[in-house]
Amino acid sequence: MAYLLLGFPLLMAAATFAVPSNRWRPWMLPLGALGQLCLAMSAVFAPSTAEPIEGLGGWLLLDALGKLVLGFLAVLFFLLSLYAPGYLAFRSDRSNRVICANLFASLSMMTLVTLSHHLGLMWVAMEAMTLVSAPSIYFNHNARSLEATWKYLLVGSVGIALALLGSFFLAYSSLKAGRESTLMFDQLIKDAPFLSPPWLHAAFVLLFVGYGTKMGLAPMHTWKPDAYGEAPGMVGAIFAGGVTSCAFLALLRIYQICQNGPEADAARQIMVFMGLLSMGFAAVFVVRQRDFKRMLAYSSVEHMGILILGIGIGGNAIYGALLHLVNNGLTKGVMFLSAGNIHRAYGSKLTDDVRGAMQRVPLSGALFLTGFLAITGSPPFGPFISEFTIVNAAIGSGQYLVAGLFLGLLGIVFVGMGVTVLSVVQGKPLEGTPATGFYDSASTCAPILLFLSLVLMLGLYIPRPLEMLLRDAAALLEVKP
Amino acid sequence: MVQFLDPLLIMALALNFVALGVSRIRAVINAVALQGLLLGFIPLFIHPSIDIRGIVLVGVTIALKGIVIPAFLVHAMRGANIQHEVSPVLNFMSSLLLAAVGTGLAIAFSYTLPLADEHTNSLLVPVALSTVWAGFLMLTTRKKAIMQVLGYLLLENGIFLFGLLLLDAIPFLVEVGVLLDLFTAVFVMGIIIYHISREFASISTEHLSELKE
Repeated sequence: MAYLLLGFPLLMAAATFAVPSNRWRPWMLPLGALGQLCLAMSAVFAPSTAEPIEGLGGWLLLDALGKLVLGFLAVLFFLLSLYAPGYLAFRSDRSNRVICANLFASLSMMTLVTLSHHLGLMWVAMEAMTLVSAPSIYFNHNARSLEATWKYLLVGSVGIALALLGSFFLAYSSLKAGRESTLMFDQLIKDAPFLSPPWLHAAFVLLFVGYGTKMGLAPMHTWKPDAYGEAPGMVGAIFAGGVTSCAFLALLRIYQICQNGPEADAARQIMVFMGLLSMGFAAVFVVRQRDFKRMLAYSSVEHMGILILGIGIGGNAIYGALLHLVNNGLTKGVMFLSAGNIHRAYGSKLTDDVRGAMQRVPLSGALFLTGFLAITGSPPFGPFISEFTIVNAAIGSGQYLVAGLFLGLLGIVFVGMGVTVLSVVQGKPLEGTPATGFYDSASTCAPILLFLSLVLMLGLYIPRPLEMLLRDAAALLEVKP
Repeated sequence: MVQFLDPLLIMALALNFVALGVSRIRAVINAVALQGLLLGFIPLFIHPSIDIRGIVLVGVTIALKGIVIPAFLVHAMRGANIQHEVSPVLNFMSSLLLAAVGTGLAIAFSYTLPLADEHTNSLLVPVALSTVWAGFLMLTTRKKAIMQVLGYLLLENGIFLFGLLLLDAIPFLVEVGVLLDLFTAVFVMGIIIYHISREFASISTEHLSELKE
């Protein structure tokens, strides 16, 4: 099963690459994504009596955390793939061979991250994911997307190189402690109380910086606005929902080891501080942002901060953070796809040119506005529930300062994003921006509506199987007495 | 055999300074290639009783770090029609000085690190740390995209050296995976460099400054 989950998207990547017709190739995406969705769901919701999904002698193992991210990725990728044919038909002037094949290859590498139970293997998967996803940013083949791709590749690779050094430090900390040095998770978690503290501390910092770069935590987020701004909306959603979630999962694995060790409190403090710092950076840069796709990138920096903050606060906030992982990814789907539609309808993504989206593309404009309300934590949408859970846990455990800062920063981001979003959707289209021939259509709006209905559902009702999965995953991260 | 280890490491360290101090890109590539070659041989001196697995690893490292990647970079340089000067942001003297300071600090720092008994007198850790530092210097103080790739390679070489302390812990598959990822990274970067040179008729990253706040 593990091999099937990894092999199927790779096979689809090869098949997609081989399809000769530029017109029919994008249809491979929903086809393959549906297959992967079925595979992932049967793996995630397999009865507890079934054999665990593993491979490579224990290097691959699907635990509750892995299941959560794996299932979420499959849903995200499926909904995005429904959008692809309509979007790529509008961009039929350029070949979509590389982007379609690369999306499948990225899916396979993301799946490998969720299955990895070995630090070294996880590192290889993360780096491979960086490399295969890079060409998608360069889809537009112009100077700006080239710059974005270069920055993404270089910053990402250097960050990941530091994570490799951190992995080595971690292995060394068990060697120093006189244990058999290993990079297997389960062994490291067991050995954690005995690991050499200085090495463990250094390893945590390096791994945090390394995978934090990939996740886009401030101040290592510099690649993010460029990549999200220049990549097609669909690719931006894969990054903001998928790639960053995988990096978050990698950090959770490291945290799993640290929380059993002598450095648990220090690790939590670092996470709270970095979480608030990311939210602060986002709050500063989101205000007066003229480029609405870059604005989404800063929103992503903010939400990555919220995820880390939730883990650092601990207790019920861990459940909140894991729920927020799902909510954020799905809401980002609404935002990036509707922003992509507006971008196409105006041929610009600057608020100087884009006004009155409600008139030119009414549905995309309305979805963009609703998505903004959802992502900033307005009820009744999903992110409200998860952010509320985090704040609640912070107050419940007496961390009033953290809770206050969290709410204050959320407020600033709400106002900052609100100004940009409202100026995009309201008013009348300006004289100087003629219509580009792109209008709302079923193929480019229905997937966004699906995303939004899921976000709304998670705000009103969390299905029982998902609830169980979240509880199981959170249990892996809670401090054992 | 072990007595050859320290001279090899000192040569690898010296090559950091060569890479930072020469003014022609071709010479930097050669220095990094030679360092990769030396690195490939080092496992033989750490574990004199090496098995077939180790020999394959030595072979793959030498082939990739010493031959394939440098050859590819030379090829990319020809294809992109690059000027041959390094054109640093920070002049050569200052880079060398900073590298020397970094090496001094790395040596001092590695004495304070709680190393396992069998590693306390080895030069492996200071050389690894100072190579990582040299890699960072090259990444940040050179304008041309190809030089940043070479800086990334130096950084990886430093990490590889540290990884040699853990030759038993890091499984073969991961070592090879890391090397393959490194190769693919350089390969993808090479392709991007080609596109940069076509777009701007130069590979100076000064042109890559349109996206900012």
